[in-house]
Amino acid sequence: MKTLLDHHKFNVVIQRLSHQLLENHPDFANSAIIGIQPRGTLLSDRIVANLNKLLKTKICYGKLDITFYRDDFNSGGQIHIPNKTEIEFSLEDKKVILIDDVLFTGRTVRSAMDALVDFGRPQKVELLTLIDRRYRRELPIQADYVGLVIDSMISQKVKVYWNEKDEKDEVVLIDN
Amino acid sequence: MSLSTKHLLGIKNLTAKDIQLIFETADNFKEVLRRPIKKVPTLRDTTIVNLFFENSTRTRISFELAEKRLGADTINFAASSSSVSKGETLIDTANNILSMKVDMVVMRHSASGAPHFLANHIDAAIINAGDGTNEHPTQALLDGFSIREKLGSLQGKKVAIIGDIMHSRVALSNIYCLKKMGAEVLVAGPPTLIPKHIDALGVHVTYNLQEALAWCDVANVLRIQLERQHMPLFSSLREYSLYYGVTKKHLDALQKEITIMHPGPINRGVELSSDAADGRHSIILQQVENGVAIRMAVLYLLAGKGEDRI
Repeated sequence: MKTLLDHHKFNVVIQRLSHQLLENHPDFANSAIIGIQPRGTLLSDRIVANLNKLLKTKICYGKLDITFYRDDFNSGGQIHIPNKTEIEFSLEDKKVILIDDVLFTGRTVRSAMDALVDFGRPQKVELLTLIDRRYRRELPIQADYVGLVIDSMISQKVKVYWNEKDEKDEVVLIDN
Repeated sequence: MSLSTKHLLGIKNLTAKDIQLIFETADNFKEVLRRPIKKVPTLRDTTIVNLFFENSTRTRISFELAEKRLGADTINFAASSSSVSKGETLIDTANNILSMKVDMVVMRHSASGAPHFLANHIDAAIINAGDGTNEHPTQALLDGFSIREKLGSLQGKKVAIIGDIMHSRVALSNIYCLKKMGAEVLVAGPPTLIPKHIDALGVHVTYNLQEALAWCDVANVLRIQLERQHMPLFSSLREYSLYYGVTKKHLDALQKEITIMHPGPINRGVELSSDAADGRHSIILQQVENGVAIRMAVLYLLAGKGEDRI
């Protein structure tokens, strides 16, 4: 097991990502943040909290569950139990920032993009991720904002721990 | 987590956990139904046949809508316009349809146990959409879901089922569902329309409408099923409505606010007066709306079990 981000660095990286968003979305007037359920929303909660401190305007913020859009529904195994989707505004013509904790094969993001367009046609969709496991993509998808790029083997696991759920902020790489 | 069963034949063989899972999944589908685009692609490679050997408006439309909202391909079959009228057996009809590669069958039949029979003989997930006087599981699930939505939970709630209990599959499924989820159930109606020994299911019985209404938090009023009554069980509809018809007057006379439900179709002025059916106590139209979400949840949870079904 190897620690990729310890508590201190973890929060510095999230601060940096929040500021990078402000560079491209100075006032968030026509932008919206969408966290992907279940683990991406822990990151998006933090980022939105940061942005709320830095900005005076209210940010359009929603949570998206992609269970019904997965491409492996009938490939056997356990059925996926959905999480809550909360998007109380139209995404029509908005600049949407999708947020997930780990970018791996890209399949989750593909499903999320399919789901997004059911809420309106966004002007633009960007992707923010805390960890980018590069060279492991199965679809042509890249992130616009990345916390940390790592090289890993397919057999390894990246685990992101959140204070809210796991009582610590930490990212580790686990060998199987 | 998944359902403990491969078919939905009745509430009788579901666990409380199964029902809870169906409710929670339906919550998510209810949100889908409020989106600008009310459709998800989950079952896009699933084909579902709706086998209706008995008339239906609400249930058939509701199932068909649920299937389409999930992206499934659907085939509709009505017995009246099919080879059944030429004498084909149930198994032959089903097998012929299945050889066209159908994954799920939604079936309504006038014979109790028909879906159980089919489940033993063909290789597809069977969903019972009402079998004779036995069960109507999705109706009970949507009724339970609607009560949960209105009152927060089913635990400890008092539900009166009023009317033709004898011929009602809705009543039996509701009793199973409500009891499993911790609600108290009372059945009310004329003695001729209440089966003997129904108290063995753990329900209270009364023949007095006012008593039932004063006791309950929710009154589920059932239709008088004249088509299933082969001998006169009460003198006249007028007499029935006089003694057992729920009216706004009854509701106004109560010391508390109760909720009125009806599985439809309503015989207005018989078991339920128009001012009660359309008044502020009624959640009849919410029941219909919730029906689509509940059926989406059932289809979703059963469709994923295709791999290990025998």
